[in-house]
Amino acid sequence: MASIGVNELLFLLQGLKWTIALAAIGFAGGGLFGLGVALSRVSTHAVLWRAGAAYIAVFQGTPLLMQLFVVYYGIGLLGVNVDAWIAVAIAFTLHASAFLGEIWRGGIQSVPKGQTEAGKALGLHYVSRMKDVILPQALKISLPATIGFLVQLVKGTSLAAIVGFVELSRAGQIVSNQTFRPLMVFAIIGAIYFALCWPLSLWGASMERRLAKSAR
Amino acid sequence: MPHIEPGSEQALIALEGVEKWYGTFHALKNINLSVHKGEKIVLCGPSGSGKSTLIRCINRLEDIQRGRIVVEGLTLDDSGKTVDAVRREVGMVFQSFNLFPHMTIIENCMLAPMRVRAMSKADARDIATKYLGKVRIGDQADKYPAQLSGGQQQRAAIARALCMEPKVMLFDEPTSALDPEMVKEVLDTMIGLARDGMTMICVTHEMGFARQVADRVIFMASGEVIEEAQPDEFFSTPRHDRTKAFLGEILAHH
Ligand SMILES: Nc1ncnc2c1ncn2[C@@H]1O[C@H](COP(=O)(O)OP(=O)(O)OP(=O)(O)O)[C@@H](O)[C@H]1O
Ligand SMILES: [Mg+2]
Repeated sequence: MASIGVNELLFLLQGLKWTIALAAIGFAGGGLFGLGVALSRVSTHAVLWRAGAAYIAVFQGTPLLMQLFVVYYGIGLLGVNVDAWIAVAIAFTLHASAFLGEIWRGGIQSVPKGQTEAGKALGLHYVSRMKDVILPQALKISLPATIGFLVQLVKGTSLAAIVGFVELSRAGQIVSNQTFRPLMVFAIIGAIYFALCWPLSLWGASMERRLAKSAR
Repeated sequence: MPHIEPGSEQALIALEGVEKWYGTFHALKNINLSVHKGEKIVLCGPSGSGKSTLIRCINRLEDIQRGRIVVEGLTLDDSGKTVDAVRREVGMVFQSFNLFPHMTIIENCMLAPMRVRAMSKADARDIATKYLGKVRIGDQADKYPAQLSGGQQQRAAIARALCMEPKVMLFDEPTSALDPEMVKEVLDTMIGLARDGMTMICVTHEMGFARQVADRVIFMASGEVIEEAQPDEFFSTPRHDRTKAFLGEILAHH
């Protein structure tokens, strides 16, 4: 039985780096496209509205694992040779944008209608109404749910292992196979995930409390 | 070009044969109204009679199905350009204030001048300071709406609308959501505005205000204009039974 030394720990940290990078990319890409999805869901334009609804239905209604497969092998089938990185980043972006889009749609719709009307009455255009008036309020309302989703996303990155990505979970598996100390290794892995997610959860919960207080 | 009726040229706002439906519900029925520069109109009537709907059509918060609405020579249509141009000239004050809660009072006032009039921040601040002073809440400029009393919030909302230097102000029951002790400060602000010559259309049941300020009082019921008269005449010798009944009820409450 080999012991878990500095090299193994460094290898795990290398995996952690990818886990964080994947979550960050998924969150950034998902945030950007998710904003578009949310806006399409609150638009009065029927085509946009339907497209947004379909998008959300597809990506919320299928497992992330399957989305990863489809994007990873799908891009390959198109004859384009892309890095696993890009494929996985696309898959996470698609996935995250559907969920964030839906969360933010709810946030936008919970901003009282009078805010939009006041903006219109002042002559503000759509972009200013959204950017200056509605979104700041909507995102604040949506912050706890957004953070909650980020936590899910961090954990969800472990699925990227399935297409050969060596993120934290996969790194753990490799180290465990080399050292024959699965319990020890996965205890460490678990602790790392926990250290990553728990503060986020706490932050989300405190944000929720603060919002509840200010709403009173 | 459609014909222009004599006299309607100078009207700042003209509604001609306006009809509005919400689905199958006929909310406005053949509304004809012209408002000239400097005129003050008080609009009253029972709940659901279409008062809010009427004034919300003027700045296109609601669309109409028939007739036309002309504001400052511009006939409202579906083009965004006309709607924008009209909204620049028409200010509105709501029953529930609708201040932007995430901005300070002065930021509330500066937003539209900067975004719509492309004013510099410094100029927007100057104009906001001017109108906040005018509604006598200059000292509250850096607070958030939630930190103000209802009366102060409504005055801030009036200042916000004034910062666009509109030609007309629409008021939709601006004092109905206020505690009784705060009604006066808002009415006084509106009276001051009227004295300065602002053209105003006010939906309100404050009959003292109507007597003092209005050039004409318009009574609506079931989407129709039932009666239109100068305040003295309106209160002393209402012609229609529905007006009489309405006045009886209003005055009994006050
Ligand atoms: N968005 C809408 N959809 C359907 N019906 C509506 C809508 N807005 C208003 N109505 C109806 O149109 C009628 C007129 O409404 P409006 O708000 O103009 O009345 P009001 O005279 O302002 O009444 P109040 O004194 O209660 O404010 C009411 O019967 C109302 O139910
Ligand atoms: Mg109303």
